Amino acid sequence: MSKVAIRPESFDTQLRKRRRWQRMLLRDENLAWDIRRVGVDLPSSVFTGLTGGATLMIVGILAFILANILWNGWSGLSWRFVVAGTTEDMFDVNKAGVFPMIFGTAARVILMTLFVIPVGVITAVYLTEYASPTSPVTRIIRGAVNNLAGVPSIVFGLFGLGFFISFVGGHLDRLFLPGTAEPVWGKPALVWASMTLAVMTLPVVIVATEESLRAILPGLREASLALGATKLQTVVKVVLPQALPGILTGGILAVSRAAGEVAPILFTGAAYYMAHLPQSLTDQFMDLGYHVYVLSTQSPNIELTRPILYATVVVLLGLTFALNVAAIVIRSRVRQRLRAMH
Amino acid sequence: MALVTPTVRRPDRWATLHRSARARPVEWLVERGILLVSLSAILLVFLIFLFVAREALPVALGRMTSARGQRPLPVDSLDQIPRESLRAYLGLKADEFVAMTREQLQLLMEIKAEELAGVSEDKDAAVNTTQWRYLIGPHQWSDYDQPEFIWQPVSRVPKYNLVPLVIGSLKTTLVALLFAVPLALGAALYVSQLAAPQVKEYLKPVIEMLSGIPSVVLGFFGLIVMASALQFVFGYQYRLNAFVAGLALGLAVIPVVFSIAEDALTSVPRSYVQAALALGSSRWQAAWRIVLPAAAPGVFAAVVLGFGRAIGETMVVLMASGNASIVSWNLFESTRTMTATIAAELAETVVGGHHYRMLFLIGAMLFIVTFVANLIGDVVIHRLKTKLEGKA
Repeated sequence: MSKVAIRPESFDTQLRKRRRWQRMLLRDENLAWDIRRVGVDLPSSVFTGLTGGATLMIVGILAFILANILWNGWSGLSWRFVVAGTTEDMFDVNKAGVFPMIFGTAARVILMTLFVIPVGVITAVYLTEYASPTSPVTRIIRGAVNNLAGVPSIVFGLFGLGFFISFVGGHLDRLFLPGTAEPVWGKPALVWASMTLAVMTLPVVIVATEESLRAILPGLREASLALGATKLQTVVKVVLPQALPGILTGGILAVSRAAGEVAPILFTGAAYYMAHLPQSLTDQFMDLGYHVYVLSTQSPNIELTRPILYATVVVLLGLTFALNVAAIVIRSRVRQRLRAMH
Repeated sequence: MALVTPTVRRPDRWATLHRSARARPVEWLVERGILLVSLSAILLVFLIFLFVAREALPVALGRMTSARGQRPLPVDSLDQIPRESLRAYLGLKADEFVAMTREQLQLLMEIKAEELAGVSEDKDAAVNTTQWRYLIGPHQWSDYDQPEFIWQPVSRVPKYNLVPLVIGSLKTTLVALLFAVPLALGAALYVSQLAAPQVKEYLKPVIEMLSGIPSVVLGFFGLIVMASALQFVFGYQYRLNAFVAGLALGLAVIPVVFSIAEDALTSVPRSYVQAALALGSSRWQAAWRIVLPAAAPGVFAAVVLGFGRAIGETMVVLMASGNASIVSWNLFESTRTMTATIAAELAETVVGGHHYRMLFLIGAMLFIVTFVANLIGDVVIHRLKTKLEGKA
């Protein structure tokens, strides 16, 4: 009996086969992406092109806006423009400066953060850690918070005027300063503008914090509880430190949204012109966004104002974009961690 | 035992265990505090509508009047008129009235009579223009040829017809949606289904950058750049009009529609697409016939939320629409929206006056419209996600 020798495939053959399979698989993968080869039918390629074109157009518009603003704004931008105040003529290229507006915008945004972060974080903690996730009350609250995000910003301005200035401010004046002719609290002020913006950005902070709270492993909470920590201790010492990046993202997103908003502060604190910086919480303030509006609609000669107008827009955009990029970076890190866990 | 990680680094933590038991009352208080803060934050949402509506209520319920239909009383009848109706006629407070001498009263009556003489000629002056039928229906004003809808709050007879503003808002919103929705949906379809993963990673944040541009900057761009460029291209008469404002507004709407639609399309399970591809469909066919129908409610929600954003946007339309309250569906005429009206006029009104309350009424209407739009959008998305992901 002759033995049938079962020759094992040589290593080379194995490798060749494997490569052939790989090539085939890879080609299929590539085919799926490459419409020219898989797309026998014309409509497919046409419509893919159309949707791609729409995407390209949006990106193109964005690029055009930014390029136009940067191109025209660059020349008007100078160190003096950023650090100087406006004393004589705010429509004059050589005399105008935006420091008071940067100061006012920063002041209202920082004040807003002081109001919105604690309240937003506490509400998010309540919603994720304490409230029952299935109860209708929680669902109503979530719905209400989501809806708050869609309320037009001008309505927040009306709310700020009706609630903070007329109601709260008016009562403060009547209680503490009776008989004063000039209202101290019951008029547009830095503090009321900040509070109005805080109400407006509340959902941003709540949603971001909730998202990062839910991304925390339940095991961490259980471990903490098993070690004998109370619920509150768990929340404060285990859950919240873990959620810090999310809270930070929420804060930055809120700040970047608030920094560019004009409509809510039109009646609650922004001033057309002020000779000095705001001295107290009850002062009005000048604002970058409102200044863009003033420069582009109230200027006696738009051609002469154009350089400072563009430069002001560059400053405003730089501010909001820097904040947005920071938020996106932090958020993507949080999301990566979230994905790694599931 | 490499698996045991030193989770308890400080053994003295045990001490806190005992302390925590005794510290329960404090914790109880803190937890009540958390409840209180979050409930008041939620209360705020309801307060918003309450306080906007509170200022609008007297007008909405028809308790205010702008009519000045008084007849002038003859000055020499001073002694015959009852004291109380004389006080009301002169618009004086009780203590002021008591302090007046007869000569002062006579002088006041002469002034009043002069003041009313001009007004009483005009029959419009007797009309209470804050009534609902003047707010929504046309009216034959004395100096016009035919019944018209007019928003003209600063005039001898304030006219508060809301129709021009509503039409203005709808007109710009329509242009914005017609411009933004196809672009945003196309981009969402491309980014979520057709683009290669590496490209997608860059495209998404770039398009979302558009939402980082403040609306006042979009308004500025519409006013300074787009208005002139579009007028040059299309050659219409008015530089600022509903068309320009709508296109600028569309730039604000694109990121909203895009991110919601993209989210909905991405949440369609990948197995749907894989099944379609396995059956020989092209990527486009899978995207168009399988993914899009599955995510249709989400796309609808994206459009509804985009509508809410567009109708509530203020600065863009305030700057780029021209702000003339005309009843016309012509896109190339200057137009005035509800939001822009509030922004432009509120600063000049008398607090508590009918013009002031009328603007709050517009605000309350905006709130209701956007609230309903958001509610619809939210519910639809929630249901869709429940269906696609099989979880609440």
